[in-house]
Amino acid sequence: MVRPTRVTNSIRSLRFAAGEMTQSELADRVGMTRQTIIAIEQGRYSPSLEVAFRIARVLGVRLDEVFQYPEEVGHDS
Amino acid sequence: MPFEEKLTWVNASVTLMVAAVYAWIVGGRVAGSHIGDVSYQIPLLVAIGAMIALTIIGTITVSIATAIGRAVRAEVTGEGTAADAVADLDRKDERDDHIARHGDRIGYYVSSGLMLGALALSMLRSDQFWIANAIFGALVIAGLASSMAKIAAYHRGF
Repeated sequence: MVRPTRVTNSIRSLRFAAGEMTQSELADRVGMTRQTIIAIEQGRYSPSLEVAFRIARVLGVRLDEVFQYPEEVGHDS
Repeated sequence: MPFEEKLTWVNASVTLMVAAVYAWIVGGRVAGSHIGDVSYQIPLLVAIGAMIALTIIGTITVSIATAIGRAVRAEVTGEGTAADAVADLDRKDERDDHIARHGDRIGYYVSSGLMLGALALSMLRSDQFWIANAIFGALVIAGLASSMAKIAAYHRGF
């Protein structure tokens, strides 16, 4: 089922914090295509857990610093 | 545009183009003829062969054009070497695989549904012309549906 993901991420800002890493460089280092990195950054694709860990490792931060999953509106926490 | 999406466009374009030419040729023979006498076999075989051949030619052409484009961009922007830019031309990742599976599933559902129509035609003892063309039409429509589903997934999100 095609659906936009609710997972948000901070990849763009983290790339710049990591020495202005380009999308191509990040894609090469995690073994993905640049288009998929763009789709992830724009929230059009939710990567697998393994790829998410690889991205976090390349960016040198924890997984939850890269990806966030906001509470649903009206959801009791 | 992802490389896999380009190949999907090649598939869809070739399928649509060949099917249109086939329909134009065979459709012209149907007018004013008894349906059992319409010669569709050779055009149908040629159409299937043309789809395979043109898809291969299109894939090679798109691959070469993409490689040249990436190499030129690498040289102009200074981001890496031309050789590196071309080295992983056909790189696929999990998103490409997910989208391919999604498109194939859509194509399977469409072809399964339309094949029931071809089955019904054979049960009704329709002329072979209608049965053969219903099967060919089902494959063409299923292929187009699969391609459109993949392209939509690349654009709208997956």
